[in-house]
Amino acid sequence: MDLVVSLAHQFKDSLRDLAPVVLVMAFFQLVVIRQPLPDSLALIDLAFGLVFVLVGLTLFIKGLELGLFPLGENLARAFVKKGSVSWLLMFAFALGLGSTVAEPALIAIAARAAEVVALGGLIDNSVRAQNSFAFALRMVVAASVGVAVVLGVVRIFKGWPLHLMIIAGYMLVLLLTLFAPAEMIGIAYDSGGVTTSTITVPLVTALGVGLASSIKGRSPMLDGFGLIALASVMPIIFVLLFGIIGIHLIPGVVP
Amino acid sequence: MTLIATFWGTLLDILPIAAIVFGFQYLVIRKPVKRLPQVLMGFFMVWVGLSFFLVGLEQALFPMGELMATQLTNHEFLPILAEGAQRHWSDYYWVYIFAFAIGASTTIAEPSLIAVSLKAGEISGGTIDPLMLRVAVALGMAFGITLGTWRIVMGWPLQWFVFAAYLLVIVQTLRSPRSIIPLAFDSGGVTTSTITVPIIAALGLGLATEIPGRSPVMDGFGMIALACLFPIITVMGYAQIAQWRATRTRSANDLTPM
Repeated sequence: MDLVVSLAHQFKDSLRDLAPVVLVMAFFQLVVIRQPLPDSLALIDLAFGLVFVLVGLTLFIKGLELGLFPLGENLARAFVKKGSVSWLLMFAFALGLGSTVAEPALIAIAARAAEVVALGGLIDNSVRAQNSFAFALRMVVAASVGVAVVLGVVRIFKGWPLHLMIIAGYMLVLLLTLFAPAEMIGIAYDSGGVTTSTITVPLVTALGVGLASSIKGRSPMLDGFGLIALASVMPIIFVLLFGIIGIHLIPGVVP
Repeated sequence: MTLIATFWGTLLDILPIAAIVFGFQYLVIRKPVKRLPQVLMGFFMVWVGLSFFLVGLEQALFPMGELMATQLTNHEFLPILAEGAQRHWSDYYWVYIFAFAIGASTTIAEPSLIAVSLKAGEISGGTIDPLMLRVAVALGMAFGITLGTWRIVMGWPLQWFVFAAYLLVIVQTLRSPRSIIPLAFDSGGVTTSTITVPIIAALGLGLATEIPGRSPVMDGFGMIALACLFPIITVMGYAQIAQWRATRTRSANDLTPM
């Protein structure tokens, strides 16, 4: 019974997330554009699609709260208590990697990126090449978030200032942009924003705040939050590198 | 058919993270999972939910974003061109208005942003107003997306905009109150929810496809990047203004008795 109530509550939240998008679009359709929908896009399909989005997001987030989040937070606490730095770093990497692999927005964007890049001729225009590109892109982004979380954890231990690390990251982005293929630049910059949504943010924040509050002399406000910032710069660097080198290493992708 | 394929695909997406957490739990920590049935139920819901979400995304959110881009750039919708004249960027004003509206409306009501801004208000001891902070983030997001659409219309390289924004961020970082910096950086990530990212991406790709002379490959991506960067700038800007106002009132109070 509790589950039904909390599901209904989450459904309301999802609805509130979706409502502005639908309202703005409906306003533009009815007031500004005033054109019939094209035949390929039936209103009933759209409505069903939106219901799928709502139901899907509700189940997804509630499922995270029931399963992954308590498990992840317990593990984070257990590793902090265990006191073994190397295990903690390995766990941090796995947490960043694992939580990004299943990120819905990343799955969707990677598939789009593969289509577009194939059109542009950077990779072979076949379904297989597109699929392996999309998969490789997701893995690269996931690995970069893993590295970012490890760096963030090290930063909390050492007390390095966040802004210096970010500025250094920006410099690297600047440098790599000069060498990266033009088709990859937009995708690389966007991948930084894609990673920090539904799964990654709560899990990674829990790890950061947990660590910062258990180490003497660190404040959760100043040191606990920076993980997300690192997790949104690191993917840019990794995807640019992927565009420069990695793309040539996957067999059968580059024409 | 697509539903079954999606279900299979998302199962493969979820397995790694399940393997990771259960692996660490049983092999390294070696303690049984508390409330195992509930946790397994949660993983099952994540699987079903993710599948439905992705199907709905393909069926509704992506087509809607692209449809808006197509219709707003349709030559029948745009102002009539004089004979042989070039399109001016300002002809696409409805695109900018739409981008701004989508950015502001999706951000201002974002539940995680509301939570974060209330917390920041508490910590700052009254110098930061939670509502103003939300407005700052929403304005930053809306401005970032609008700038992103304008960039696509102009066809200028994304890196110019990103580097200019980086420069602003760096300069502001050095001048802002230290306690606001992590929060400001986080607010960039908070704005891009799982629903907004696909819509913005579809809008950008659609615009790059429809506007003459632009290609989705070179111009379609980059809106999300700008949407993430500008909230950082507006939040630090707001913190600087709030701090400046606080010190001004204080020094004014100090002066009055004289």
